[in-house]
Amino acid sequence: MIWLARHRQDALSSLARLREKPLPTLMTLLMIGIALALPGTLYVLTRNLSLLGEGWEQTAAISLFLKAEVGKEEARALARRLSGWRDLESVTVISPDQALQELRAETGFAEAVEQLETNPLPFVLSLRPAPSLNTAAGLEGLREALAAMPEADLVRMDTLWLQRFQGIIQVGERAAMVLASALAVGVFLVIGNTIRLEIENRRQEIVIMETVGATPGFIRRPFLWLGLWYGCLGGLAAWFLIALARLLMQTPVSQLAALYRADFVLVGLDPPALATLIGGSLVLGLGGSWISVARHLAAIKPD
Amino acid sequence: MASEPMPPMIRCDQVSKRYAESGEVLSNLSLEIAAGEMVFLTGHSGAGKSTLLKLIACLERPSRGQLLVDGRNIGRLSRRQIPYHRRQVGMIFQDHRLLTDRSVFDNVALPLVVAGHGAQEVARRVRAALNQVGLLNKEKAHPLALSGGEQQRVGIARAIVGRPPLLVADEPTGNLDPQLAREIMALFTRFNQIGVTLLIASHDLSLISTLPYRTLTLDQGRLVNDRHVANKPPPETPLSH
Repeated sequence: MIWLARHRQDALSSLARLREKPLPTLMTLLMIGIALALPGTLYVLTRNLSLLGEGWEQTAAISLFLKAEVGKEEARALARRLSGWRDLESVTVISPDQALQELRAETGFAEAVEQLETNPLPFVLSLRPAPSLNTAAGLEGLREALAAMPEADLVRMDTLWLQRFQGIIQVGERAAMVLASALAVGVFLVIGNTIRLEIENRRQEIVIMETVGATPGFIRRPFLWLGLWYGCLGGLAAWFLIALARLLMQTPVSQLAALYRADFVLVGLDPPALATLIGGSLVLGLGGSWISVARHLAAIKPD
Repeated sequence: MASEPMPPMIRCDQVSKRYAESGEVLSNLSLEIAAGEMVFLTGHSGAGKSTLLKLIACLERPSRGQLLVDGRNIGRLSRRQIPYHRRQVGMIFQDHRLLTDRSVFDNVALPLVVAGHGAQEVARRVRAALNQVGLLNKEKAHPLALSGGEQQRVGIARAIVGRPPLLVADEPTGNLDPQLAREIMALFTRFNQIGVTLLIASHDLSLISTLPYRTLTLDQGRLVNDRHVANKPPPETPLSH
């Protein structure tokens, strides 16, 4: 109980010490917050991109454009044949009329379509590859097989583009991790150095406390609490900055999405990522102050 | 009733202290101070007075020899034991060593806070200590608002608040005029009368020579004189009625 009460007192007095010097405290916290918010924002960005990608994946397909002379019956027969393929999950026939309707519905094309006297569009088979077919080589094989068919005019693969998109997201996620590691070292050093300055400022007090019989633990505790507070408040500052960035981005993103007739709401940090952010910054705060205290308190001896 | 011989409060046996920069500051020092004694330690500056006091409080360790304080071997104390030893030795400094950003009360309370006493106990004992040095009305003041003599008395209150059996003072009257110095000495005498052992380093011979206490003289780290006074208590009013 006494142990707990002392910790409570040390925690509160360390917090009070931070409040005593609001400007330097705020600057340190902002520094920690920005350093942690950078990889955090990159993570949120990739998360949003990957959500965007998921939306596209549902419409991801191979478009098999048939030759102009292929008629309705032949197209249907081909569709039935392709349905039996192991590598294909579904086959949908899009007639020239349907395609023209869609084209008319899209912005800017309506007038152009009105000018047409005949429908120039061919039959198209919209194919969805089986989920098991997930390698670039496998997709390339499928594409070649489709292109080799006599009815085929052109094979367009949306999936390849999507794969590249997924690759970009993975690069982004990895970049966020690398950035986070590098900046974590920075935060660790910032907190360690802040604690070192605090120890230096309170050297006289530490010497007197040692002289009157304070245990090393008693002297150490307030500094460790100070590091924990820096970590905790710095992590919260990072969270706030990430949320602020999301808020600032939402309006232009909504406008951009509207141009594509879409509705896209940015997501923020998910609970596990938030827990990682706050937990990580607590660990950095305690670790940074621990190293600093171990190095610099031992150097202070009563004289 | 035959009393057992009291174990000495301080026992130095061939103690030497050597610093890399300044060489040997104490050389083969051997002396004993009994529990309940009040002893002056004198000598030129650099004679080793401060070093001996630091060894007694375990702020430093002897290079050679054995130093026992209240039965504890200073050379053998573990790092964990050192804080507990220091709580048993009240230290008083010429420059007071007060925390200028804290009140008189908080300064005096420091040894008790460090030892983990509860707030009520701390308040009670701090006021008792301030009362003993005559500063009860100054507990809210800040040290820099006090006179030199008052600051020294705050330092003394801090040294006695934990009720240590041993007080060591390093030039406690060094910055004070003779009148204030005599007041401080009278305070020490009172503590001695209630059984506290005192070792007071001072080069103020004119003051020391007027007081009936044993005086140790150091010169270049050696004990050159041990003037015992006749073992008579300081004059007291007879208990006739």
